Amino acid sequence: MIRSKNLFVEKEVGRRDFLKLSTKVATVLGLSPAFIPQFSQALEKKDKPAVIWLHFQECTGCTESLLRAEGPDLAAVILDVISLEYHETLFAAAGHQIEEQLHAAMERYKGAYVLVVEGSIPTKENGHYCMIGGKTALASLKEVAKDCAAIIAIGSCASWGGIPSSGPNPTGAVGVGEIIKDKPIVTIPGCPPSPYNFLSTVVHFLTFGKLPTLDKLGRPLFAYGRLIHDQCERRAHFDAGRFANEFGDEGHREGYCLYKLGCKGPSTYGNCPEIGFNREKTWPVNVGHPCFGCIESQVGFNKSIHELSDVLFTTPPQQYAQIEETGNTTPTLIGVGAVGAVVGVAATAVAMKAKKLPGSEEG
Amino acid sequence: MNIKRRNFLKGIAGAGVGVAASPLLTSKALASEVKKLEANHIGMLYDATKCIGCKSCEVACKKANNMPVEYDAEGIYDAPRDLSKESLNIIKLYKGPEGISFIKRQCMHCVDPSCVSGCPTSALNKTANGIVTYDKDACCGCRYCQMNCPFNIPKFEFDDFYGEIKKCELCRTTNLVENGQPACTEACPTGAVIFGKVTSLLAEAKQRLEIDNKRSANSADKVNYINQVYGEFEGGGTSVLYLSKVPFEKLGLPNLPDYSQASLSEGIQHTLYQGLIAPAVIYAGLAAIAFKNRSGKKED
Repeated sequence: MIRSKNLFVEKEVGRRDFLKLSTKVATVLGLSPAFIPQFSQALEKKDKPAVIWLHFQECTGCTESLLRAEGPDLAAVILDVISLEYHETLFAAAGHQIEEQLHAAMERYKGAYVLVVEGSIPTKENGHYCMIGGKTALASLKEVAKDCAAIIAIGSCASWGGIPSSGPNPTGAVGVGEIIKDKPIVTIPGCPPSPYNFLSTVVHFLTFGKLPTLDKLGRPLFAYGRLIHDQCERRAHFDAGRFANEFGDEGHREGYCLYKLGCKGPSTYGNCPEIGFNREKTWPVNVGHPCFGCIESQVGFNKSIHELSDVLFTTPPQQYAQIEETGNTTPTLIGVGAVGAVVGVAATAVAMKAKKLPGSEEG
Repeated sequence: MNIKRRNFLKGIAGAGVGVAASPLLTSKALASEVKKLEANHIGMLYDATKCIGCKSCEVACKKANNMPVEYDAEGIYDAPRDLSKESLNIIKLYKGPEGISFIKRQCMHCVDPSCVSGCPTSALNKTANGIVTYDKDACCGCRYCQMNCPFNIPKFEFDDFYGEIKKCELCRTTNLVENGQPACTEACPTGAVIFGKVTSLLAEAKQRLEIDNKRSANSADKVNYINQVYGEFEGGGTSVLYLSKVPFEKLGLPNLPDYSQASLSEGIQHTLYQGLIAPAVIYAGLAAIAFKNRSGKKED
């Protein structure tokens, strides 16, 4: 791979596009625009980490999603920046040639390369359900992961098993974390994940020299720290009780909440409503289809699309009606006796008053 | 004041009769005039642990009964804070040490309703299928029903010249006729509120309690219900039953005795005025005192 000092000349990338990418990354990471010059510097540095990209049980959607990141040549810039050493989809080479390249790269960058895994790994029958170059995916992963510095599992398949692991899971498909236990693993689940979740993680690492804060499943918090439900543009409809009951009904056409159609937003973590996909920043709910939780391991490809979602956290709005009256006075039998006594006393008072009426002896 | 011994004893006797009679009145009251739950009575079961506070029921109720959008005091769009003449049912939020819970409030369709008992014109009635209905043409606007209801449900239209009382009637002229159940139970996505015969709903509620009691404490499905179906006995029983894991009082459901207010008040009234005997006796006593004073006899 040829590396050039001056990326702009080599790749004919306009300064504008480059700044757009840096801004976008800063936005996704939640950092101020003051960081943009830092990103630019980091991306122009000479020594960039080598990346080996393995594909297993996958549809290549994650790669394709990355290729469609905004701006035609930016993906190419990033791929050059990270010195892609092995990628089955993007490389022209094939067969023994590419296998040699893989082993050469593993040797050259021993202990320093980043392993990106796309796709799940079958484990049944010694993993023979996925064989590349005569080796099972299982064996291949273990071999390449042995000398890597860190692993990024891109997509739900690599993160927790994804589609191949659904239903009876006939191949025993699992995510990378089930097989490799001794290396730091970042997972970027989604089907596909937004390319910017991946790109921002990489740029963060290059700029600051460390990975962004991860949750206990290895997902970067900047992307997977909040429920989709808590960022959804239709949340006000949920809070007010306005729902679409069927596709095409009045509620659906009015853009009401899709909870009753099975939206899994309340039990899925992600940033889809915030950054969306494609240039128009669309995402499923935005165009009228409920989220099915492709990110979340117990939800996506597990629960049926139109099944009601659990609501993981109840976060009612400020103006929700509150309980105002608490408790009540309890009637007691003592009161009843008191009434009887009062009647008797009243009778006495009447009698005494009657004694003092004019005409009586005791005036 | 100079009290003669005779008069003093008469006074004590009068008070004593009153006190002695009151327990008799009570036990008689509890036994008389009490309406009972019939096998065909319909109602609802609300399980607060299943409610997600989505307010689908509020919206569906308004739609089915042609209620207008209601702005609260701050002018926030369609956010009623309590039951009102435009909101016949409402979901309220509880936040406390036990966590978050919602509660659905609407007419409880009591087995022996206090509002029906207090209504002087019989505008409110308990019908054969258990719904407490309201007839605006018989109503005189006295609002005794508002004062009697232990749950504070009926709301009067104060700003209307021909004001009516507004409360849930289980959609008896609207959704119940069209779709066989009230709009709120039809709209609920999680099945937190369901419709059916009260006897069946009570059995279902008890079954839920039983199943949950059998679950082990660290089971993922453990709900930890309060071991009581609210409405089974409260205030003489209600047709709307509640299950919750937060104590019912904290959710705004009052702690009522096992008899209805109506049975107590009607019991006392009917006992006192039975055959007009008591009024006749009191009248006779008063007449005797007056007659005695008129005769001008001197007493020491």
